[in-house]
Amino acid sequence: MTLIYQLINGLQIGSIYALVALGYSMVYGIVRLINFAHGEIIMVGAYCVWFCMSRLALPALPAVAITVIVCAVLGVSIERIAYKPLRKSARISLLITAIGVSFLLQNLAQLIFTANPRMFTNLFTGSIAIGTQEISAATVATIGVSVVLMIALSVLVNKTRIGKAMRAVSEDADAAQLMGINVNSVISFTFAIGSALAAIAAVLYCCSYSQISPTMGSMLGLKAFVAAVLGGIGSIPGAMTGGLCIGIAESLTKGYISSQLSDAVVFGILIVVLLIKPTGIFGRGDHQKV
Amino acid sequence: MLKVDNINVYYGAIHAIQGISFDVKEGEIVTLIGANGAGKSTILKTISGLLRSKTGQITFMDKDISAAMPHKLLPMGISHVPEGRRIFQRMTVEENLDMGGYIRNNKENAALVESVYERFPRLKERRRQIAGTLSGGEQQMLAIGRALMASPKLVMLDEPSMGLAPLLVNQIFDIIQELNKSGVTILLVEQNARMALRIAHRGYVLESGRISLADSAQNLLSDPNVQRAYLGGN
Repeated sequence: MTLIYQLINGLQIGSIYALVALGYSMVYGIVRLINFAHGEIIMVGAYCVWFCMSRLALPALPAVAITVIVCAVLGVSIERIAYKPLRKSARISLLITAIGVSFLLQNLAQLIFTANPRMFTNLFTGSIAIGTQEISAATVATIGVSVVLMIALSVLVNKTRIGKAMRAVSEDADAAQLMGINVNSVISFTFAIGSALAAIAAVLYCCSYSQISPTMGSMLGLKAFVAAVLGGIGSIPGAMTGGLCIGIAESLTKGYISSQLSDAVVFGILIVVLLIKPTGIFGRGDHQKV
Repeated sequence: MLKVDNINVYYGAIHAIQGISFDVKEGEIVTLIGANGAGKSTILKTISGLLRSKTGQITFMDKDISAAMPHKLLPMGISHVPEGRRIFQRMTVEENLDMGGYIRNNKENAALVESVYERFPRLKERRRQIAGTLSGGEQQMLAIGRALMASPKLVMLDEPSMGLAPLLVNQIFDIIQELNKSGVTILLVEQNARMALRIAHRGYVLESGRISLADSAQNLLSDPNVQRAYLGGN
């Protein structure tokens, strides 16, 4: 029974990693950038939903809607202001800029909200009994919402016009432009979707782990990044699978070995993946064809 | 229809296109021939807005397009089939065609896809196949079919014969001629100068970034210098 319980917990945190990993992977697929500021979007989302609910006393749904919009706008603005001017520069300049944006956001949050953690009240109260163990409603909701979002994203990318345009741009941006596709809009759209998913991940995360702090995004972001690499960066099914695998690995380590080792296991997985199959589970190497 | 006036294009310090001017009239097939590295593809990319000229002007149907963003040109009626075909390898044949019709709505696209399938029945058989698994000839058909999805007025083709077996080359050139007869203006860049001049009305010979000769295709075909340099002589 504890095994099932640990697996469900793993799925819960894993689906949060997956939502965040999708943002890393989609952005990488389109602009070949590891957006290290992505973790900070989660943090901003967490503060935003907290602010809307406890300071503005808004009900949950509008608060979440505002959070999604704020994060999407923030993600798009970061791309427009910080990354777009560097699109033709060396990849390393872009990467350093992303790290810079990440520090900027962290320190801004510290300035505005101070370093003292804020407490978020769970949106989903109650729990469900499975055998002798209890599973919180937040866990069930997290898994449920994530599954729905991932299905929706798959439909968006595979079936819709804008989704196909995203795939076209990620494969060959120049050829996509010749099809009349506005690459700038597609890039903005990708950042918006990735950041919106991070916003939802932030809300779900806060429901289970109530503390909000300026640095909360960095560890969560890093683990989601590991998930994206494990699944194969640039691959959407990869990000989903990678997220769930990392979540389950972490939860099993916590349950059967030691909670202190769980981070080590996650980053150990990163090292192993990079050594054995750097392209990840679903990744394909970028074969240069002449 | 298309007028290129004194363009100069640089790759860093390399002066790739050195003051080139030419024009394409409505209904024509015009070909740019020349050796590898003469600047043929660079000219097409500059017209498409993927590269920029430092000087001069490019006009299409009396509109200045020198500074237009690449994605604005297809809606104006210019379609560019780039060198190496550049189909979306990981998407299906039909998705590639859908992308060609990106600027139109889905309803219009459905009809256009059918008309492309009529022209290339081979693509219909393979509509659900991943484009990267097609043969070279099929990929070229897909690239041309994709370009036709936008019902362009001018199609710029960059080395459509590249890497194809002679039989397929003939087929592709037949298709280009048919297209032209149906009213589409063609700007054709080719290393296979003989084939290109056979179907073209006029031609320009490019030599290291400059136009060295401009004449009717027939005159170029019989020009001894052209024969020696580009047609294998005899």
